[in-house]
Amino acid sequence: MDKYITTPITENVTKDLHAGDSVFISGTIYVARDAAHKRMIEALDRGEELPIDIKDATIYYMGPSPAREGQVIGSAGPTTASRMDKYAPRLMDLGGKAMIAKGKRSPQVIDAIVRNHGVYFAAIGGAGALISKCIKKSEVICYEDLGAEAIRRLEVENLPAIVVIDSEGNNLYETAILEYKKI
Amino acid sequence: MRTIHTDEIIKTIRRMCIDANLHLSDDVKTAICQAADTEQSPIGKKILGQLEENMDIAINEDIPICQDTGMAVVFLKIGQDLHIEGMNLEDAVNEGIRQGYVDGYLRKSVVRDPLQRENTKDNTPGIIHYTIVPGEQLTITVAPKGFGSENMSRVFMLKPADGIEGVKDAILGAVRDAGPNACPPMVVGVGIGGDFEKCAIMAKQALTRNVNERSEIPYVKELEEEMLEKINQLGIGPGGLGGTTTALAVNINTYPTHIAGLPVAVNICCHVDRHVTVVL
Repeated sequence: MDKYITTPITENVTKDLHAGDSVFISGTIYVARDAAHKRMIEALDRGEELPIDIKDATIYYMGPSPAREGQVIGSAGPTTASRMDKYAPRLMDLGGKAMIAKGKRSPQVIDAIVRNHGVYFAAIGGAGALISKCIKKSEVICYEDLGAEAIRRLEVENLPAIVVIDSEGNNLYETAILEYKKI
Repeated sequence: MRTIHTDEIIKTIRRMCIDANLHLSDDVKTAICQAADTEQSPIGKKILGQLEENMDIAINEDIPICQDTGMAVVFLKIGQDLHIEGMNLEDAVNEGIRQGYVDGYLRKSVVRDPLQRENTKDNTPGIIHYTIVPGEQLTITVAPKGFGSENMSRVFMLKPADGIEGVKDAILGAVRDAGPNACPPMVVGVGIGGDFEKCAIMAKQALTRNVNERSEIPYVKELEEEMLEKINQLGIGPGGLGGTTTALAVNINTYPTHIAGLPVAVNICCHVDRHVTVVL
């Protein structure tokens, strides 16, 4: 079933999202991957504020290629989520609600999703050119020295994704393959 | 003796890095299109259709197919009767990579030190493999390798008694573990034999073979076909969301090995299996 959702993706939104739903996401989302997550967690460890408003935030795990003149952003597909598993539960416990990436999550992340009524979406891995067309604005908001790994704020329109882990902990990666698994 | 100047090598590698990241080779493109026709899962079919659309946008709008424009893996086959003049060859290859990634608006994904992790900001150095071959030509293959799938690659030091069944289990196990992380449909490069590092290099080289090109060794060809069929029965499917297309091809290279060993490397590549070859 296709669903059109707009950020912030609150508990009210996530309760109606189910593993397997096809969604189109619009609104403001943040971009952060490995190095930015490490820095955010280090900032928290030092008792500092996060550089983003984490309440009901959607974080897209992505590092774009550079934009040519006239382009908003370069290629902009999802990166593998499991590298952020170490950091994600802490950000969710502080209010982070949704993550967009690709690939499996750890049991700790799935618990954090359920505990915080969150959601994990998969975007299409390796479709960075296609996804770039849904990004209408892109701005580096901190950690600029990290280059492709800097934290960005994006305005997206109908970014296609699929609900993989819903707020009840259902996991599409485990269920979807059963129908086609012959060995 | 023929002479090539490193300026020509720099210019060629620059162009190859850009080409490889914007245009998938015809063999991979055809395989994705065919899979879109045969895929049984509706969601899998939709994803394969989106991958086709993605390739069109990449070509028409000069946007890399994938944002992970990879670490540049370069294979050089250097004819033993060829003289290379100009700068140090390794520096020339890296200069070509630098120019390609900077001028081509490709992502700079390389850190100078694996633990200190400071980005080199020009995607150098590349991973360079040199082979000396007969003749007076220089054959360059550039294969930008993304790390979502690289991280799911494995080396297995099997025992001779494990035999072909052990090899099959190793390949299937690696693909099963990779699942959605490796951006299926994947291309699976396998190296069997040699030693610890030789099998890994063979697995990488296997990924630079066309996906529709089977091994010339009859039993290896059969193994490639059998493994592709089995992998596609795992159910992982496009994007790991279920389906009948988990891999586009299994390419296997082999080499003699030691009486005590059976090394197997499985180098997994996503559907963006970039490889360009130019002969100078």
